[in-house]
Amino acid sequence: MTIRTARPNRGQHVPPRMHCLKKLEAIVVEMQDPKNGVKNSVQKLNVTTIPHAAAGNDIIAWINTKMKTTVEAQVFGTMLVAYGYIYPLKNHNKLVMCNDSSLYRFQTPYFWPTQKWVPEDSDYAIYLAKRNIRKKGQLEPYEQTHYNHLHEWLNHKWEFIVMQATEQYKAGRDRNKPDRVIFDCQERAYWMVNRPPVSLWLFVRGLNVFYQQAIMRSKVKSSVSLGALVKYITTYKNHDPFLAPCQPSNPWQTDHDAYWTLNMRRVEAPTKMRVERWSFSLFELLTDLRGRDDFKIFLKKEFSGENLAFWEAAEELKWGTASSMSTKAETIFKTFLAPGAPRWINIDGRTMGLTVKGLEHPHRYVLEAAQTHVFLLMKKDTFFRYLKSPTYKEIQKKALSPETHSFSPAQLQQNAQNRSPGIHPIILWQQEEEEKAKAAAASAPVDVKAVMSKIDRKK
Amino acid sequence: MSQDPLEGCRISAGKKSAVSLGKALHPPNLLVVVEGTCGACVAASPVSAPEGSCSYNVAHHHLCVCVRVCMAWQGLQKGETLASLKQESENLRRKLEEERGKLTDVELHQVAEKVETVAALSIKTRRVLKGHGNKVLSMDWCKDKRRLVSSSQDGKVIVWDAFTLNKEHGITLPCTWVMACAYAPSGCAVACGGLDNKCSVVPLSLDRNENVTAKKKSVAMHTNYVSGCSFTNSDMQLLTSSGDGTCALWDVESGQLLQSFHGHTADVLSLDLAPSETGNTFVSGGCDMKANVWDMRSGQNIQSFDNHQSDINCVKYYPSGDAFASASDDATCRFYDLRADREVAVYQKDSIIFGASSVDFSLSGRLLFAGYNDYTINVWDVLKGTRVSVLFGHENRVSRVRVSPDGTALCSASWDNTLRVSRT
Repeated sequence: MTIRTARPNRGQHVPPRMHCLKKLEAIVVEMQDPKNGVKNSVQKLNVTTIPHAAAGNDIIAWINTKMKTTVEAQVFGTMLVAYGYIYPLKNHNKLVMCNDSSLYRFQTPYFWPTQKWVPEDSDYAIYLAKRNIRKKGQLEPYEQTHYNHLHEWLNHKWEFIVMQATEQYKAGRDRNKPDRVIFDCQERAYWMVNRPPVSLWLFVRGLNVFYQQAIMRSKVKSSVSLGALVKYITTYKNHDPFLAPCQPSNPWQTDHDAYWTLNMRRVEAPTKMRVERWSFSLFELLTDLRGRDDFKIFLKKEFSGENLAFWEAAEELKWGTASSMSTKAETIFKTFLAPGAPRWINIDGRTMGLTVKGLEHPHRYVLEAAQTHVFLLMKKDTFFRYLKSPTYKEIQKKALSPETHSFSPAQLQQNAQNRSPGIHPIILWQQEEEEKAKAAAASAPVDVKAVMSKIDRKK
Repeated sequence: MSQDPLEGCRISAGKKSAVSLGKALHPPNLLVVVEGTCGACVAASPVSAPEGSCSYNVAHHHLCVCVRVCMAWQGLQKGETLASLKQESENLRRKLEEERGKLTDVELHQVAEKVETVAALSIKTRRVLKGHGNKVLSMDWCKDKRRLVSSSQDGKVIVWDAFTLNKEHGITLPCTWVMACAYAPSGCAVACGGLDNKCSVVPLSLDRNENVTAKKKSVAMHTNYVSGCSFTNSDMQLLTSSGDGTCALWDVESGQLLQSFHGHTADVLSLDLAPSETGNTFVSGGCDMKANVWDMRSGQNIQSFDNHQSDINCVKYYPSGDAFASASDDATCRFYDLRADREVAVYQKDSIIFGASSVDFSLSGRLLFAGYNDYTINVWDVLKGTRVSVLFGHENRVSRVRVSPDGTALCSASWDNTLRVSRT
C-alpha cells in the first residue's frame, strides 16, 4: 500500500465501545428473564394497556442485588438508558434512570448498539420523513433543523428516502395499536440516543469561530513544508543509528559503551560527528551542552556573551519552580534590562518597553518576546559567524574520529559479561550543579564601587 | 459580550458537576447548555436563568467523558438566524478548503520519489527485561540513553539500567493500572500515574536499598485516570493527560495547577511535547478521534486534526517539531504536517487490522516504529509510506515503543510482562 491522503469523513459519529457493550448486553438479557429478572408491570396509555414495562426503582433494586452494590446502581442504570438498552416511557428525551415509579421498557435487540448497523444519516432522514408523513408539524424544532439540513445534504437521493418512508409508514399502519405504540417508542428511543438534541446554535457558532481561526492561521505551501521535512531527514541521515553505523560501535550491539563515554557532557575532545551536528542549527548547538560551551568560548572572544546569558536566564525562569519566579525575574531585570545594567542586552525599544512593563507583574512567559528576539539575533547572525570562526575550526581539528570496533566472538562474549555500569545520572547532575555554581560566581558582574571601597579601606 | 460569560463559574469535581453562574452575568436571555459527548450521554435540556444565578446537576461517570460547559449565550443577535449562521459556516468551510487546496501543490510521495530507498533493516532484540508480574503499560528512557522506567498493571514501577539489566529501583503504587510514567530530564526522579487519578513524582536515590516509595509526592490531580505524563524541559514542571478529557500543566514543587487545556470531548490518551527552540506547544490525542495542538502559554487549542476513524492511542512529534504522527485503533498511523496544516500520509496495509497503540520516530525521522495489538511492531518509511520491516517477539500486544534519546535502540513494552530493547 502506498501513502493515501484520506479525506475526513463528514457525518462521522463515534462508534460504540464494543468491548463493554457485550457485558451490558449479557446483563440486559438477564434482566428480562421471566423468572429472575426485573419485576414487570404494565403501562396504561388512555385506553390501551401495554405490557412489559418496569419501574425505575425496581430496576435499580435488581441491579443492587445482582451487583451487590448500592452506590453504583443508579449510575449503572443511567448507562443502560444512555446507551439505549432501556428507554423511559415518560420524558423520553431525558436519558437517565430515576429511582422512582417512572416506567421504562427494554429496547428490542434490533436497536441495540452492538449490532453492526451504524445509524446513517439516510436512516435518520427516512425516520424524520416518515414522522412528517404521519402528521405534519410533529417534529421538534431541533428535529426540524436536522430534517432541513438532511434535505439539503441528501438532496440527490431524496426521492428514494421519501419512497422508503412511505413504505414504512404503510407497513406501520397495518400493525395493531399496542404493537405500533411499542415500535414507535422503541424507534424514537433509538434516535434519541443516536441523534440527541444539541443546541445547534452554539455548535454552529463555535464551528464558525474555529473556521475563522483556521483561515487566519498562516499556512505554508506543501512543497515548502514537505521539502523541509525531507531536508531534515537527509541532513540527519548519517547520524541515525538505524540507518548508518555508530562509531566506534553501537553499545547495544557490541556491549561496549565507548560510544557513550566519547559523547559525554564534559569531554575535552568531542567526536567529529558531534561537532558536525552542531552546525545543523543553533537549536542543536545549544541543546548539546558541550556545544554550548564551545559557543560560549567564541562569544567570550567577541565580548558578546550577554545575549546567550540572557537566553539561559530566561529559560531558567520559564521552566523553574513557581515560587522562584519573582526573585529570578528581579535578578534578570537588574542584570540585563535595567538602564546601565552590567550585562545590558541590546534589543529594540518596543520589546524592551513591553518586557519591563511585564516585569511589574512577572509570570512564566514575561520574557518571551525578549527571549525570541535574542534567539533570532543569535540564529541569524552570531551562529553563522561562529561556524566560520577560528574557534569552530579549532574544535573541528581537535575532534576525534574513533576507529570502528571489530571484536572477535570471544571478545564480544567478554564484553557481554563485563558491561560497564557507567556513571549514575544523579552523580553527573550533582557535578553539573557544582560547575554551574562555580561559573555563576566567576562571571558575576564585578561591583566596581565595592572593589574600590575595599581598596580604599585597605589603604 | 463585553464580559467573560463564564466569569464566576465554578465546576466542582466529584460525582456531580454543578455549574452555578455568578451574579455578574447578564439577566434574562441567558442560556447555559451542558452538552453531552459521543451522542450517548445524558442529554440535557437548556436551562434559562431569569436573573443572577442558575444551577444544573449532571452525573459524571466513567464510561465516557461527559460534562462540557458551553459558552453562555445571550440570545440571537439582531438579524441572526440559525439559517444565516449555517450559511456563514458553509462559506467559511468552503473558503478554508479553497485556501488549503491552493497550498497543496505537491503530495509527500511525490517529494519522496527523489529520495533513495532505505536499505533492508535487520533489527534484533538485544535485551529482554523481565521482572514485571503483569502487563507493562508504559515506559520512558532516561536522558543517559541506557536507563529506563516502566510501569505495569499491578501497580509496580521499575527503574532499570537496561544496558546491564540491573533493576535499580522498585516503586509500588497503591493503585493498579499505572498507565503513565516518565523519567525526569535530570535523571534524578520519575513520575507515574494511572487509575488513582493522580500523577506522583518519586525522587530517586544512589542508595539502592533506600525505599524511594516513601518519598513519593502527589503532584497532579485529575477527576479521572491519568493516561500520559511528561516532564517539560526541567524537573519542575509536569504535563499530564487524563480520562477526564483535559490536559494540565503542574508545578512539581507546590502541586499547583499552572494551566489546563480543555477541548477534547472524550478521554485524552496521549500527549507529546514539541522538540522546538520555542518549546511552547504540545500535541494530544484522544478517544474523540482528534489530535489537538496546544499553546502552553495560553491554554488555547491552536490546531486540530480529525482524520482518524477511531480512538487515537498515541501521538509523537517528528524530530524537527514541524510535524507529528499518530497511532489509532483504526489500524492506521498518520503523519501530519503542521505548517501546511493537514494530514500528509496514512500508513496502513490490508493485512493490518488490529489497532496501533504507540509510535515513535528514529533519530532522523525517516523511520516510524509502530506497536500494534497483534503483538507486532511495524517499521514504516515515513517518506515513501511503505513498510520496511516487521518485528516479532512479543507474546501479547505491544503497549509502547520508544527510541532511545541518541537513537541507538528501540524499546518496546508489552502486555506479555516484558520489555525488549532492539537495534539493527
